[in-house]
Amino acid sequence: MLRYLLPLGAFMAMAVFLAMGLSRDPRAVPSAMIDKPAPPIDLPLLQAPAQRLDVQSLRGQVWLLNVWASWCGPCRDELPVLRDVAQRHGIPLYGLNYKDKPEDARDWLARNGNPYVASASDTDGRVGIEYGVYGVPETFVIDGAGRIRYKQLGLITPDIWRTRIQPVIEALQ
Amino acid sequence: MIPEIGLFSLILALLTALAQTILPLVGAATGWQAGLRVARPAAVGQFCLTVLAFGCLAWSFVHNDFSVLYVAGNSHADLPAAYRFAAVWGGHEGSLLLWLLLLTAWTLAVAVFSRRLPLAFAGRVLAVMGGISVGLLLFLLFLSNPFERLMPPAMAGRDLNPLLQDPGMIVHPPMLYMGYVGFSVAFAFAIAALLSGELDALWARWVRPWTLAAWTFLTVGILLGSAWAYYVLGWGGWWFWDPVENASFMPWLAGTALIHSLIVTERRGAFRSWTVLLAICTFSLSILGTFLVRSGVLTSVHAFAVDPGRGLYILAFMTVIVGGSLALYAWRAPTVGLGGGFSLLSRESLLLSNNVVLTVAAGSVLLGTLYPVVLDVLDWGKISIGPPYFEAVFVPLMTPAIFLMGVGPMARWKQADMPDLGRRLRVAFAVSVATAVMLPLAMPGAPRLGSPMIVLGLWLAAWSVASTAAHAAQRLTDGGGQWLRRLGRQPRAWYGMLLAHAGIGIFIAGVTLANGYEVKHELRMELGATQEAGGYQFTFASLAPTTGPNYTAQRAVFPVTRDGKPVVTLYPEKRLYTVQDMALSQADIDSGFTRDLFVALGEPVGDTAWTVRIQVKPFMTWIWTGCLLMALGGLLAAGDKRYRRAQDVAARLPKADAAPSAHAARGGA
Repeated sequence: MLRYLLPLGAFMAMAVFLAMGLSRDPRAVPSAMIDKPAPPIDLPLLQAPAQRLDVQSLRGQVWLLNVWASWCGPCRDELPVLRDVAQRHGIPLYGLNYKDKPEDARDWLARNGNPYVASASDTDGRVGIEYGVYGVPETFVIDGAGRIRYKQLGLITPDIWRTRIQPVIEALQ
Repeated sequence: MIPEIGLFSLILALLTALAQTILPLVGAATGWQAGLRVARPAAVGQFCLTVLAFGCLAWSFVHNDFSVLYVAGNSHADLPAAYRFAAVWGGHEGSLLLWLLLLTAWTLAVAVFSRRLPLAFAGRVLAVMGGISVGLLLFLLFLSNPFERLMPPAMAGRDLNPLLQDPGMIVHPPMLYMGYVGFSVAFAFAIAALLSGELDALWARWVRPWTLAAWTFLTVGILLGSAWAYYVLGWGGWWFWDPVENASFMPWLAGTALIHSLIVTERRGAFRSWTVLLAICTFSLSILGTFLVRSGVLTSVHAFAVDPGRGLYILAFMTVIVGGSLALYAWRAPTVGLGGGFSLLSRESLLLSNNVVLTVAAGSVLLGTLYPVVLDVLDWGKISIGPPYFEAVFVPLMTPAIFLMGVGPMARWKQADMPDLGRRLRVAFAVSVATAVMLPLAMPGAPRLGSPMIVLGLWLAAWSVASTAAHAAQRLTDGGGQWLRRLGRQPRAWYGMLLAHAGIGIFIAGVTLANGYEVKHELRMELGATQEAGGYQFTFASLAPTTGPNYTAQRAVFPVTRDGKPVVTLYPEKRLYTVQDMALSQADIDSGFTRDLFVALGEPVGDTAWTVRIQVKPFMTWIWTGCLLMALGGLLAAGDKRYRRAQDVAARLPKADAAPSAHAARGGA
């Protein structure tokens, strides 16, 4: 008898979860990585595979690490915000090109514009695991001491930038 | 006036649907014949009323009645007439109406072709389909009224999204919805069987042709959508694992499992509760897919925030249909029995393993699709887990499934013999391995061995075709006799199976070669420049402005040559749709048996140069051909004579049970 109830149980769990989602308040993302040192990246650069991204040289300034991929739809939507961040606010923006083919990624940048100082090619997602990446896009705020201070799961809308990320960065600076 | 007639006929359709649902159910439960007899005329009436409503909406579109809010939001006077008609299903309200129209059409078909079914059973089937209609009609009338007036009327209309202004828009949604909605028939049969307790081999024989027909439509629908994405989205991909595509792929996988599970139920009386569960799941996934996509839940969860009523209604509707049917399943399935036994290696066990793999695959697509939604619902951010997840999950799942697909038809029912199977399949196996290893050496360019993924893909492709051919050859020659005469005696379902399985092979070959050997260049080209790709020379000869009915465009001329000889001239366009001020790149493609030549315009760079994407995709047409073969196979199998005969038998012997072994098991009922 019990096994015949399993499908119903699974469905009801899904339905309850979706129903809760309908009324739930927005809340901050918990992350095990907050206030931990940013893991080393040491990956070839997308645009210059002979060079490597060196996180140590960024010590002393607040910078952003944005996880992106050419196969990710929302990544294109957040490009205007990223461009704004990099150009108008002058914050160093680095990319982690996650589980992507480098040639596709370069095409994508050529087509949509490149807001990054540089992007590291994480073709097998190994560094992504170190950073606890759930999906793409994600953005990390890393302080002058090399610690992760904030993690944005999902795309940065102008609103999220203004209300959540910019205050964090200003406080750190 | 016309829109009001449409609205009024929807209200009448709701009343008819209520009668179609309630009276036959009461009739079946109490033996009240008059109640049962309501089902058929009600189904006919509901269909006519829905056609009338749909016609009214289409009339409003074709005649540019911008006093209708939905028309003003999705059409424009300059839109060509064919797209004004297709714009009926260009938005949420109209596509729901299309869904309803097709549901009533399937119901009508069931009403017409079920004359030979026992009256009580046919009544229950039609009642369940009527119940689904009721849910849709309530949603249409109270939360998504397509006939709502706009006062004062709009002057021009906001136009149909330019991405949708394509011949694909005219054929793709109706085909896809025919597939989605068609699974409601199998669902209704499953519910009727659970209600009545009549779940036997004969039941499977009734359900099979309907399921095969729906599966065929869905296959064609997905194919059309994919081909449309290939030439309109402009960048040469054809499957992106985005939620909208996944929504159609999940019911396809579950439906594929269902048609195979039905075979076992029909032939051996086994897997009954599993088959019923699959029928419920397939339709549930169809509902989940259509509604999540159409309500905008998947593409943007903010639809919930914008209109909480719609989100809640969808959830409630889904809970009633899916939750209700699964509860019924939990209550009644333990009584339907297990059917004939079988050993660890038999056609049953092979079909069961394939079923499990297909179901797990559908489940993993569901997981990958819902995961971002759940995060988004919780406002954890908008995330895409994308192709890496699906590719990592899919290849390992499909490899054993495709292998078993070759073995299954060879195996005997009940008990198969391993050495015998090995003997029958060793030639096919050797041929497929040899093909996979040798073929990459024959591809254009310097001879080199294929990468592991290419070899695996080619092996699976060659195995599908070779094992199918081996099966056909042995079936026709085993035990001597005239093979030509046997050829004519084989049932259509068997030919359908051969076509569909070979189609899978052709499809995999296309996917493997198109992905593995494509040549693509994205570059800046000056007017007059030439680019080489895969042995072809593409010349950016000229560029001239042109105009369409509702757009202006830059049209480029690309003569393509090979070794100095002209091959074809391609005309990619960059269009600017004036009403929505939206630019769209229209690629031009020359499709051939062994390669597609693809040119798309990007953006202008400076005065005389453009970014251009040039691709040579080998064996792209094989992907479409494979899908068409699968669909053709489904069509052949759905038209098998056996099913028509089955209904005659049913008329004479309402309690007949075709599989003797099933009788024993029914003792437990």
